[in-house]
Amino acid sequence: MTKVLAVATIPDAITFAIAAAICVVGAFGVVLARNPVHSALMLVMTLFGVAVLFVEENAQFLAAVQVIVYAGAIVVLFLFVIMLLGVDRSEAIERDPLPGQRFIAVCLGILGLAEVLLLAHGQWPRGARSVSGAQGSPADNVRLLGRSVFTTYLLAFEVTSALLVIAVVGAVVLARRPRRALGDAIPPGADEPLDGSPVADAGGEDAGGEDAGADVADVAVTGADVAVRREAEPQAVDPEAIDAEVTRP
Amino acid sequence: MSVGASWYLTLAAVLFTIGATGLLIRRNVLVMFMCVELMLNAANLTFVTFARSLNDIAGQTAVFFVLVVAAAEVVVGLGIIVSIYRRRPGATADDVHGLRG
Repeated sequence: MTKVLAVATIPDAITFAIAAAICVVGAFGVVLARNPVHSALMLVMTLFGVAVLFVEENAQFLAAVQVIVYAGAIVVLFLFVIMLLGVDRSEAIERDPLPGQRFIAVCLGILGLAEVLLLAHGQWPRGARSVSGAQGSPADNVRLLGRSVFTTYLLAFEVTSALLVIAVVGAVVLARRPRRALGDAIPPGADEPLDGSPVADAGGEDAGGEDAGADVADVAVTGADVAVRREAEPQAVDPEAIDAEVTRP
Repeated sequence: MSVGASWYLTLAAVLFTIGATGLLIRRNVLVMFMCVELMLNAANLTFVTFARSLNDIAGQTAVFFVLVVAAAEVVVGLGIIVSIYRRRPGATADDVHGLRG
């Protein structure tokens, strides 16, 4: 610590120490908190600490983005999902399928950290410098970063936009409730492959047998009948009703 | 002058280790996801530290892209988690072994 203080100015060293402590405490909180909401709030703490360290390292734009995108958007998304799914998801430790796995995991973590810190002492090849230029003074940070993103890494930037669109579409497809959407959009007689999806079965698991039988007979049924049966499906219909409906001309 | 780069790298290694260990320890899928975010942040800290110590803006550009990819990953991952919880409420990571083989 004395060496650090000799090189760094006192305010910088104090800032680093406080931010590092906040980061580490927040990281431990994420891992150790029982409640997922507390984990998310501890994650916010760590993210703010990292943002402070970004400012300390002349990455002002990234610090702002860190607070806005990570602490503002991603953690709020986490909290939305936690609240949506219910808070009281405590983990049942007593029915641990892999006994001793936590202990081994902690040992592995300590070993990995020791390995990284040992390897950090060596002299490693750096390779060529990048083509995007120097970091510059703190006042130039946004300008230089913007020039780097929009000239040197322009193609990667454009591909990133495609990635975001794909992610949004994928999230919508994943989070959609399939049954209601299928009932409307399905053409007559073309329902067979979609109906066998596991999500559609989730509503009436006990009716799986009748469901499969009805599906086989379903091919001959007209589109109107398909829509009627789909509305009745969540209540796990009895076989007689299905048979009556199927045999109806 | 700021604190030396080795301190930042050590802190990043500690954060990464905590995240990786938490990923192995916890069973709650959401908390595991947060541990992944922790590891990503440790990597970001390393990128920024090397950008400073090598005086090269490309490290910060890499962090920019990591942020974007992390956002996309969180969106898709949370969508998957929501659809898993819709099928079986209260599922932990051990309950989801349909592709185990």
